[in-house]
Amino acid sequence: MNLDEIYRETILDHNQSPRNYGHLDHPTKSAGLLNPTCGDQIQLELLIHDGKIADVRFSGQGCSISMASASMMTEAIKGKSIDEALLIAADFKKFVTGDSSDKPLGDLEALQGVSQFPSRVKCATLAHNALEKAMLLDE
Amino acid sequence: MITALVDITEDFPILKRQIHGHRLIYLDSAATSQKPQSVIDVLNHYYETTNANVLRSVHTLAEESTLALENAREKIAQFIHATSPREVIFTRGTTESLNTIARAWGDKFFGPGDEIVLSPMEHHSNLIPWQQLAKRTGGHLKFIELQSDGTITLDEVKRQITDRTRIVTLSAVSNVLGTINPVAEVARLAHQAGAIMVVDGAQSVPHQPTDVQAWGIDFLAFSGHKMLGPTGIGVLWGKEALLEAADPVVFGGEMIAYVDREDATWAELPAKFEGGTPHIAGAIGLGAAVDYLTAIGMPRVEEHSRILAEEAYARLANLNGVTVYGPPIPRTGVAAFNITGIHPHDVSQVLDSQGIAIRAGHHCAQPLMHWLDVGSTARASFYLYNSDRDIDALVDGIEVTKRYFNR
Repeated sequence: MNLDEIYRETILDHNQSPRNYGHLDHPTKSAGLLNPTCGDQIQLELLIHDGKIADVRFSGQGCSISMASASMMTEAIKGKSIDEALLIAADFKKFVTGDSSDKPLGDLEALQGVSQFPSRVKCATLAHNALEKAMLLDE
Repeated sequence: MITALVDITEDFPILKRQIHGHRLIYLDSAATSQKPQSVIDVLNHYYETTNANVLRSVHTLAEESTLALENAREKIAQFIHATSPREVIFTRGTTESLNTIARAWGDKFFGPGDEIVLSPMEHHSNLIPWQQLAKRTGGHLKFIELQSDGTITLDEVKRQITDRTRIVTLSAVSNVLGTINPVAEVARLAHQAGAIMVVDGAQSVPHQPTDVQAWGIDFLAFSGHKMLGPTGIGVLWGKEALLEAADPVVFGGEMIAYVDREDATWAELPAKFEGGTPHIAGAIGLGAAVDYLTAIGMPRVEEHSRILAEEAYARLANLNGVTVYGPPIPRTGVAAFNITGIHPHDVSQVLDSQGIAIRAGHHCAQPLMHWLDVGSTARASFYLYNSDRDIDALVDGIEVTKRYFNR
């Protein structure tokens, strides 16, 4: 097995230096999500302004796949409209389960190898599920 | 050198498997053990030659099937030193056994203001049934404070036991820390307070001789699949008088004496607690597993499991950036650890690429993770087919993992 298939350089980089990690002073939406199989958790905070994601932060603890995926997602959705962000999340989930070959935005493509490891798909999609949950909640 | 107690390639066919081009190094027996050929053969033989429902029909297959099931029950009774096979109830596993005690005895004899004393190292299956019992009845849980090395002292147990304590429950061996708990001494304290003593034996019965009478306990729960038997079969042992006094919780076929339109009376033990068709093949398979362990000798298994767990602790604790949890000695069965800066999932993934199977996660012990102040851990666990060659591979694998993520 080639480990580098799953742990691409980009993933290790995002894991070691996560982008948009931390908290917002005044988030307008936020959601926490737990991966019950391993106890990992993520907290996502969003600042929505004029229907767009003006800023975003994440925090929590998790494996390199979940942390890198969260970091990459925050980069991909910043500045996007809510609908665009939800589409990014939906498309990414299809991509990472092998249901679609449409390449996701930016660095997220590096998570393609995860589709060969079903037990890690939950890690890769934790942040995206948190985004969907945050958007469903009332402001 | 610590050799495996049995010839792994001869007795355990799965251990011939190659994983990603490497010899399988199975270090996840605390989750479930592998099965020897003799257990696999007994399952096949049962379905090929004997299969019939038990305790019902009068034909040759049914007689043989019933006899085989009761024969297995008797072996298990001897294995744990029960006074009689009537005290051995077949369940799906430890979880169902513990839930049954909480319902069957708890709902009848536990009341408002009563207390359950237990430890923060319990598996969720020996915590949540008691949480729910306390919620149903208006009772309380009281937790024994752990020492910093993950052991418990009798002084701390005494501190939690009061005249309202009705149930004391404890795992005999922790599935994360490897701690061997003093169940016999705790049972004495429980009885002095008029409480019953429940023991979660999921991690102890596979690894050490079990004598429920010498321990002086009241209920014991354990699983077949962690002691070389099939999944889906486990045991609830209880003192006969307590089982007689408790009420059944699963109602239906075979657990009754007489039924009319409005009411029913219950069958004698053990049938009273075995409503529905049991996992007959599983029980017979567990009997074969008991035969296998008995032939090797549980004192030898105990020594082997302790040496491996203690050796693993010493060698892992010696590595840079590795934290091992629980007491150095005595310990048995497991070594839970973390590598600084590398998540257990990632550790497990890299080890798997070298054919090494470990567990990563919270091990169904989230309150213990909170106490350890970690989200999760990696865990290597051992059984009679492991040797120090497997610990060598684990140590090498950990070094590979560190190099991989710290490049």
